[in-house]
Amino acid sequence: MSVSIEQPRFSCALGAQQSVVAIRRGAPITHAGPGCSYKIHGFLGQGEGYAGGSTIPCTNFSETEVVYGGEDRLRTVIEGALKVIDADLYVVLTGCTSDIVGDDVGMVVSDFAQRGVPIVYAETGGFKSNNYASHETVVNAIIDQYSDRYAPGREKDPGLVNVFASVPYQDPHWEGNLEEIKRVLEGIGLRVNILFGQHSEGVAEWQRIPQAALNIVANAWVGTGIAAHLEEKYGTPYIHFPYLPIGGVETSRFLRRVVEKLPLDPGRADAFIGREEARFYAHLERTADFLLEFRYGLPRRFHTLLDAGYTVGLAKFLVNELGILPGQLFITDGTPEARQEAVREQLRHVSDRRSAEVAFSADGGWIQEQIRSGGNKHRALILGTGWERDLAAELKADLLILGVPVTYRLILNRGYTGYNGGLRLIEDIYDHALNTYR
Amino acid sequence: MSTVNLQSPEVQIRELRLGSITGYEGSAEDLVRCSHAGGLRDSARSFSQCMGCSSGNALCQLCMVRDAAVVNHAPIGCAGDFAGYNFVYRVGQMERNLPPVNGRFFNTNIEEKDTIFGAAQRLADTVREAYKRVHPNAIFVTTSCASGIIGDDVENVANELSEELGIPVIACFCEGFKSRIWTTGFDSAYHAIARKLVKPAQKRGNRVNIINFWGSRIFDPLLNRLGYEADYIVPFSTVEQLGHISEAAATIQICPTLGTYLGAALEQVHGVPEIKAPPAYGVAGTDNWMRELGEVLDRRDEVEKIIAEEHARVLPKLEEYRSRLAGRTAYLTAGAAHGHAIIALLRELGMQVSGAAIFHHDPLYDNGDERSDALAHAVRTYGDIKSYNVCNKQAYELVNILSRVKPDLMIARHGGMTIWGAKLGIPTLLIGDEQFGFGYQGVLNYAERILETLDNCEFVTNLARHSSTPYTKWWMEQDPYTFLGGSAHVGQY
Repeated sequence: MSVSIEQPRFSCALGAQQSVVAIRRGAPITHAGPGCSYKIHGFLGQGEGYAGGSTIPCTNFSETEVVYGGEDRLRTVIEGALKVIDADLYVVLTGCTSDIVGDDVGMVVSDFAQRGVPIVYAETGGFKSNNYASHETVVNAIIDQYSDRYAPGREKDPGLVNVFASVPYQDPHWEGNLEEIKRVLEGIGLRVNILFGQHSEGVAEWQRIPQAALNIVANAWVGTGIAAHLEEKYGTPYIHFPYLPIGGVETSRFLRRVVEKLPLDPGRADAFIGREEARFYAHLERTADFLLEFRYGLPRRFHTLLDAGYTVGLAKFLVNELGILPGQLFITDGTPEARQEAVREQLRHVSDRRSAEVAFSADGGWIQEQIRSGGNKHRALILGTGWERDLAAELKADLLILGVPVTYRLILNRGYTGYNGGLRLIEDIYDHALNTYR
Repeated sequence: MSTVNLQSPEVQIRELRLGSITGYEGSAEDLVRCSHAGGLRDSARSFSQCMGCSSGNALCQLCMVRDAAVVNHAPIGCAGDFAGYNFVYRVGQMERNLPPVNGRFFNTNIEEKDTIFGAAQRLADTVREAYKRVHPNAIFVTTSCASGIIGDDVENVANELSEELGIPVIACFCEGFKSRIWTTGFDSAYHAIARKLVKPAQKRGNRVNIINFWGSRIFDPLLNRLGYEADYIVPFSTVEQLGHISEAAATIQICPTLGTYLGAALEQVHGVPEIKAPPAYGVAGTDNWMRELGEVLDRRDEVEKIIAEEHARVLPKLEEYRSRLAGRTAYLTAGAAHGHAIIALLRELGMQVSGAAIFHHDPLYDNGDERSDALAHAVRTYGDIKSYNVCNKQAYELVNILSRVKPDLMIARHGGMTIWGAKLGIPTLLIGDEQFGFGYQGVLNYAERILETLDNCEFVTNLARHSSTPYTKWWMEQDPYTFLGGSAHVGQY
C-alpha cells in the first residue's frame, strides 16, 4: 500500500472550514493561500451556504507574508470581515503557509475576542490532519473560546443533549442525517443541540453546549475527542454509539442506549420507538415479497469505499434488514490506527452470527484494483463515491453514491439515518437496481 | 527582452513578467492608456475574499493529457480539484466519443513530519507508484505552497525519475502563494510542456494549434476550407501530439489570458506564427481576426470570400437581435481577455455595458505586441466603459456594485459569482464553452441566449424574494471600493 492517494475522498485539515459554514450564520475566515478555500468548497458540498465558497474572507497568503509573516495582514482582514460579513460567529482557520511560517494567530484573534467579538481560531494547516480529524479540532476550539464564555453560572439541563454525528459536507447527507437524529431524539422527549444545519438554532445551541446533561456521539471515531473534552471540561458524561444508526434495529438500539443514560419517561420513549418501528416494518413487510420474488436479479453482496461510521452502519443494516451480505469492505477516512481495532470489532459482529472483514486505506486507486480483481460473481452493490462509476460499470455492479465526491447526485436534505433514512436507503438501492433493466 | 526562457525550471509570475495587476477602479480607456504608457501600479485590498490559485489552473491544462499522469506534491486538500476536473475530463470524453476513464491524478499527501524532514522521498515514491499503476507516457508533478516553503528539490527529483523510468517526469512550479493571478498557473503548465515535451520542428505542416480549454470544435469547418487542420491543445492531446506542436503552421488562442505564454514560446522558440489579433468576438473583431489569419496562412482571398458570405448570412439576423436588445444594460464579471471579448460582443448587440469586474489585467502579453490588447480593441471599436474594475473575484465588491447598478442582465465567467446576480433578482448567465461566442455565429449564439435569459426571470425574481445575504447593511451603503487602497505594495494582495 502506498503513501500517496489516488482519487481523494477527504480534504485536509482546513477542510473543516465547511463545518463552520454549516453553523447557521457562522463565517470562516481563512488565513491561507489564495486557492485553498475555493478548492475545498468545490470538493465538499454543492453550493455556498450562508458564508462559504467565494464569500469566505481570506488573507490570500502571498510571498510577502511568507517572508515577513502574515499577522498584520490577518488583523486587517478580520477587521474588514467584521464590518462586511454579517455573522454570529467568526472562526479563523489557518492554512499550511501560516502554520509553517509560524504566525501567532492566537494573539491576533485574542485581541478581538477580548473586545467581546464572537471570534475564535484553530490551527488547521492542511498537513496537520485530514478534515475528519480537524472537525474535532475546530469544534473544540469553538467550545473553548466561545461556548465557554456562556458556561459560568448556568446549571445543567437534564433534558438537553449535544449530538456529534455527521461531519458537515464531508458527509454529503449531513443535513438530512442530522435532521433525523434530532427528530428521533426529540421523539423520546429530549431537547437537542444538533449544532449544524437548518434544524439547529445556530449559536444559541453552541452557547448551551456546557449545559447539556449528556453528549451523544454517533460516529465511528469522529466526535469522541469532542465528547471526551467536554467530559473533562464540564463533567458531562457521554455515550459513544460507534456508527450511524440506520433503519429499525439500529435506531431503536441507539435510542434505548440514550434512554438508559438519562432520567427520561420510559413510557414515552417506548411509545415513540414502538410507533416508529411499526411504521418502518410495515413498509419493509409490504415490499418483502418483491425483494424475494424479483426474478431477474438484485444485488446480493455489497462493497464499501466509505468512512467508518457509514461502513459499519450500512453493514449492520444491509445484513440484518435486507439480507445483502458483505463483500469487500474498505474504510477510506484515515481512521487513526488506535481506533481501527474497535471498528474491526464492530464488523466481527455485523449480525448475531456473521463476521465481516475490513481494510483501511485512503488510496482509492489501490482499493479499486482490489475490488476489480475480485470479480462480480454475486451481483454486487458498490457503496462509494463518484470515483466508482467506471468500476461499477465494468463489474456490472449497482452503484449507490454516498460519499464525496458525489459528482452524479444533487443532495439537499436526503438522509440515511434513523427510521426514515432506512426507508430512503431501501428505495434508493432498489431504484438503482431496477433502473438497470431496459 | 523575451519573457520566454525555457532553460529555467520556473516561469516568472505574471506580475513580474508582464506587469499584470489585480486592483483597479476607473475607466477602461484610462487603463488602456496607462498600460501602454509604462508600468501599471497595482492597488491592494485591505479586506479580501478567497480567490483561486495557480495550482488549480496548472492542473486544468495538464490533467487531460490523455496518456499522462499527474502527481500533485501537496497536502491532500490541494487535491480538492481532482474530482471536479475529472468530471470535466469525462464530459469531454463523451463529447469526443472516447471511452470513459478516470483521470490518473495522485497526491503525495504531505503530512506534518514532512514539513520538518522534507517530502522528496514521498514524491519519488508517489511518482513510481503512478508509473506502476498507469504506465503513462509522461508524468507532470505540480507543486504546492507546502512543498515550496519546505524547500523540496522537485526539479531534481523529477529529473532523476525521468532517467530511472525512461519517460518525461516534469516539474511544474505553481505554488499558490507566489502569484495573486491564478492564470499564472496556465503559464506554469505551458512552461512545463514547452521545456520538456515540445520537440524541435522537423517540418512545417498544415496543422494549426488551437490553444483552448475543452471547448467545441468550431474551428474545423473554417480551417478545413482554408486547407488546414485544427489541433486542439492541451486538454485531450497526447504526449506524442504535444511533441509536434512546434511543426504547426500557426497558433490560434481562444483567449490570450490562457495561451499567452505558449503562443509566444512556440513563435519565439520554434517559429510558429501566433495570430496576434484579439480573439474573434463581435463582427468587427472577427473581421480583424479573420484577416490576420488569412495573412498568416496565406489565404487572403478565400478569407475575404468567407467574410463576405458570413456578413450576408449574419448581419440581417444581427439587426433583428439588436433591435430587441437595444438599450438593455449588462454587467459583466470574467477573466481578462475573455471579459474584454464579451464586452465587445455585448456592445455589438447594441447593449449597454454598465460596468465590468475583470479578474486581472495584463498590460501586454508575452508576444509584447500591442495589437493583442483586447481591451484596447474593445474601447477603440465600441467606446469607453466608465465603470471598469479590476478585481480578482471579490464577491463583496461585486454585490455592492450590482445593487447600485441594477443592470438588466449579469454575465459571469467564473463559478461563485452568478449567485449574487440571482439573489438580487437580476437574470444571470454563465456560458461555460468559450467557443460558444467565437466568430460570426458566436454573436448570434450569445444574442439568443441573452434574450432567453432576459425573458426567463421568474426564477430569479422568486429567489430574490426568499434570499438572505451575508453582507451587512453597513457594507451595502459604502463605496464599493472602500477597501481598495491606492498605490499599495504590489507584492501585497
